Amino acid sequence: MSTRLFGQRVPRSEDPRLVTGNGRYLDDLGHDALAAAFVRSPHAHARIGDVDVSDAVDVEGLVAVYTYEDLVSDQAEHGSRMAEALPLLIPHPTLTHGRTPYPLANGEVNHVGEAVVMVVAVDRYVAEDAAGRIHVDFEPLPAVVGIERARDGGRLVHEDVPGNVAAVMVQQTGDADAAVDAAPHSLELELEIERSASMPMEGKGVLARWDADDQSLLVHTSTQTSTSVRQAVAAKLALPVDRVEVVTPDVGGGFGVKIMHPWPEEVLVPWAARRLGRAVKWTEDRREHFVSSAHERGQLHRVRVGYDDEGRLLGLSVRFWHDHGAYIPYGLIVPIITSTQLLGPYKPGVYRVEFTSLYTNTVIVTPYRGAGRPQGCFVMERVMDAIAAERGIDRTVVRERNFIRPEEMPYDHHLVFQDGRALRYDSGDFPASLEKLRKLVGWDDFAAFREQARAEGRLVGIGLACYVEGTGVGPYEGGHVRVESDGTVVVSTGLTSQGQGHQTMLAQIVADELGVPFDRVRVTTGDTRRFKYAVGTFASRTAVMSGSAVAMTARRVREKAMRIAADALEASPEDLEIVDGQVRVKGTSPSGANVSIDLGTVAVLSNPLRYAFDDAARRATQFASPADPARAPISPGDAPGLEGTEYYSPTQSTFANGMHAVVVETDPDTCEIKILRYCVVHDCGTIVNPMILEGQIHGGVAQGVGGALYERMEYADDGQLLNASFMDFLMPYSTEVPTVEIDHLETPSPLNPLGVKGAGEAGVIPGSAAIASAIEDAEGFPIRRMPISPSELFHLRQEHQS
Amino acid sequence: MKPSPFTYHRPHSADEAVELLRAYGDSAKVLAGGQSLVPLMSMRLAAPEHLVDINRVEALQSVEVGEDEVRVGAAVRHSRLERDEEVYGAVPLLRQGLVNVAHPAIRNRGTTVGSLVHADPAAEMAAVLLLLDGVVELRSATDSREVAAADFFLGPMQSATGPGELAVAARFGRPPPGSGSAFVELSRRQGDYAMCGVGALVTTGQESEITSAKVALVGVGDGPALVDVTSAAAGPGGAFREPQLAELLASQIAPESDIHASAEYRRHLALVLTRRALGQAHERAAA
Ligand SMILES: Cc1cc2nc3c(=O)[nH]c(=O)nc-3n(C[C@H](O)[C@H](O)[C@H](O)COP(=O)(O)OP(=O)(O)OC[C@H]3O[C@@H](n4cnc5c(N)ncnc54)[C@H](O)[C@@H]3O)c2cc1C
Repeated sequence: MSTRLFGQRVPRSEDPRLVTGNGRYLDDLGHDALAAAFVRSPHAHARIGDVDVSDAVDVEGLVAVYTYEDLVSDQAEHGSRMAEALPLLIPHPTLTHGRTPYPLANGEVNHVGEAVVMVVAVDRYVAEDAAGRIHVDFEPLPAVVGIERARDGGRLVHEDVPGNVAAVMVQQTGDADAAVDAAPHSLELELEIERSASMPMEGKGVLARWDADDQSLLVHTSTQTSTSVRQAVAAKLALPVDRVEVVTPDVGGGFGVKIMHPWPEEVLVPWAARRLGRAVKWTEDRREHFVSSAHERGQLHRVRVGYDDEGRLLGLSVRFWHDHGAYIPYGLIVPIITSTQLLGPYKPGVYRVEFTSLYTNTVIVTPYRGAGRPQGCFVMERVMDAIAAERGIDRTVVRERNFIRPEEMPYDHHLVFQDGRALRYDSGDFPASLEKLRKLVGWDDFAAFREQARAEGRLVGIGLACYVEGTGVGPYEGGHVRVESDGTVVVSTGLTSQGQGHQTMLAQIVADELGVPFDRVRVTTGDTRRFKYAVGTFASRTAVMSGSAVAMTARRVREKAMRIAADALEASPEDLEIVDGQVRVKGTSPSGANVSIDLGTVAVLSNPLRYAFDDAARRATQFASPADPARAPISPGDAPGLEGTEYYSPTQSTFANGMHAVVVETDPDTCEIKILRYCVVHDCGTIVNPMILEGQIHGGVAQGVGGALYERMEYADDGQLLNASFMDFLMPYSTEVPTVEIDHLETPSPLNPLGVKGAGEAGVIPGSAAIASAIEDAEGFPIRRMPISPSELFHLRQEHQS
Repeated sequence: MKPSPFTYHRPHSADEAVELLRAYGDSAKVLAGGQSLVPLMSMRLAAPEHLVDINRVEALQSVEVGEDEVRVGAAVRHSRLERDEEVYGAVPLLRQGLVNVAHPAIRNRGTTVGSLVHADPAAEMAAVLLLLDGVVELRSATDSREVAAADFFLGPMQSATGPGELAVAARFGRPPPGSGSAFVELSRRQGDYAMCGVGALVTTGQESEITSAKVALVGVGDGPALVDVTSAAAGPGGAFREPQLAELLASQIAPESDIHASAEYRRHLALVLTRRALGQAHERAAA
């Protein structure tokens, strides 16, 4: 084998296309399509009266207007399922009051932005003109906004959901409160994180084409799961699944919001396309994304912790309230993740966690990169800092004392993780990671820096935060690998790509396994015409799941190639190797006649039907052995072609970890908060491509900084989102994102053939925790709520001065 | 986010432009750099039926550095003014203010006169116009007039420019010799509208004593606030007396709380940034 690509900084093969503007995103497609626009609720909570379309009907270019009534009649006449509420994707026994929206509102709206009327017209301009002339009678109802109001239950989001409570869930390893009570020291903390959102640059979008002759539907959608959208669309439209194909074009970011499916528009657009017999497209605009996609992070936590003189945890009891918005189609994944991943690298003593998932009249909540972990990490790390402060112990020392030791791996927390499987860490060396971080940031030298800064009238602080991330959740992912007769290797996996570099990463793996040059490998993702069974891209799972699947498949294909080549070369398969796409007898030079055969030729030989269309087929004839008239051209159990499909399905998640340290400066006069240094130590097992990995970390850190210092959803009490634009929802610009200093540790996962763990979400997880820790250190008073703005810091200073 | 239907006009002279504005009255809007107007139209918060694009009007493209003032045509982009060395030599405060206006990409399209007419309460160039005793030249199909900075800003997003009127230029006075200026601001992110911004102009006499000190604040009220702080100057070389500064500012600013900052914090910033701006301006005046 030539130099291994695995572990190399292979430049991303996607980039030349994407950075030269040759990407194909959803809105680049379907210029001939009709356009959809929606009349959305301006109220957070209201009953819907009459819908008057008379002003709209004479807008030139209007094609159709649909309301919920049309879904009802469609269901009655055509047997579709369009009038039913959208599915509750992930039910759970504790989710006793799950409510999901209808594709178009049925009598009541529960958040600003909920779709009420669908308009289809010749283009988006006309569709919006017509939508603007449709008058909906709303009878406003009192809105429930914020955890406090939801919790007090005086006003209800859904009349049949008492107390606004969708679920209460408890997990415990014993009587944690008793353990706290019995501990020599204890603390109580209230900790809060506000809402933010995935906010991909490209919003959602759907294009559907109905082929009346074929009675089939081709859907393009900007999703993180094309296979599941396919199932959902077929079910909703009552079409046989084989009449629906879903293709994911280039996707301009997902960060979680596009794993939710089907979005109302994802079923309405195909439905309208079928009804109208025309291609229909909808491209979400930014305001729509703010008010009708999904948010995340809003949680309020109350913690009781008991510990010994050394700061070791004896008992940890956490109650928290999760604001999941108007509906809960994605179930309890986020709060379940918080309640389990909160533990990070620590042994909590006796642990109990209870959460309540609450309805509010706001946009729904679905996982956003990190998915409940940033909140959990914030809680646990604030607890660590509080213990350190109370005991007067260095913050790294308290953490070290509570770490799970490497020799305790695999470590079972005896809790149930998000996938319904054991929360059991497979590997990791937390003390080693912490040591690397201390070195990287210069933890021990900071006191001197602080003194020097103080002498100059400057305030600086250092903080850190540690996390563990369950990645690569199942149930499975598959890969298909085929060698073409020209030696090209075509790889397909069903999950999607949103710009992460999956094509490059998967090609590296396959190229290594098959012994072919990198540029001979072509990877397709997220196209149900190529691959039918897949789960999706979320939960930091692609390298683990599809990486393992394509590696296993490539190994299988390699075996077959060796068998066929061995026949042709009259050698034994064990004596063969593949170098640069040539199968040869080990140790021979590739020039010798009949001692090597290229993979393309092997592919030709694998197929007994061999018209001499091309050079490869002609070349193959020299190897073809005379047919044995007694044997069938294809032996039983064999198949033509040099290809294979394999699935990887692990018994549990694999747990990555990392630790961040931050140095901040806070301006004594203006209260500005500046990040001076941001250091990351990262352990995601074996690294496939360090450059792609660093890119993932950089992006995650940027979002972590956003969540800590800039982003929040500003809801007024009446449920209006006050900052639904990029002017007022402050994502950090490149000017606000610090240089990220990275060091890696590699503790391979024993769970998969590559030893890899997920890395996609990691960078964002400890942002709020680490930055809060650093601000607290600079200011000398506790930070219990994130994000924090200069204005809030100003008021905190005033509180703590008086 | 698509604008409602409108008719686009592209006049090639100011006469033609004001004639169009007369003809369409309230239903017409001038399109300059479009950096404020186009987003409003896309969000359907503004729905003019006629757009009069002044970008091709040759007569509005000029920047003239005169003996007493700098005259900036209505089609001149922020970035061009910002980078003009002759302008910088004559009135450093123009560049000092402009670098705080939005991001380079927006400055490449947005116009300085457009920003004055748009009258955002946080617009830096409004403060600059006030500090430099500026004037805006307005023209309609029937009339021309000049409005002094002090009378130009009527309230949030409201300037003295009436329907049918085109702002053809703004004139910024050259500060007297011995002057120094500065602009400091604090925004949530680099390039955002400021939570508070302060321009300062300090003039010193023969003995380097402060003969005049003025600040103009943005983001802390309905419009830019010009405050003469000469009386707070402690004397040659000395800093400004803080209690006096605070008192002078207090009556002139009326910050409000919004999602980015509380009124109290803005009030605090106003004083801190005023001190900083005056310090820098004074240093430059003395240099
Ligand atoms: C992200 C972002 C950040 C920004 N940050 C800042 C900032 O920090 N500080 C700041 O000052 N500005 C900021 N701006 C606004 C920017 O400076 C705009 O360029 C400016 O406000 C308007 O100038 P324009 O040429 O783009 O005007 P347009 O958008 O074309 O017009 C704005 C309004 O003024 C009217 N108008 C324009 N020119 C004339 C004229 N000659 N006669 C009569 N009416 C006229 C138009 O009809 C319209 O009503 C920001 C803009 C954006 C998009």
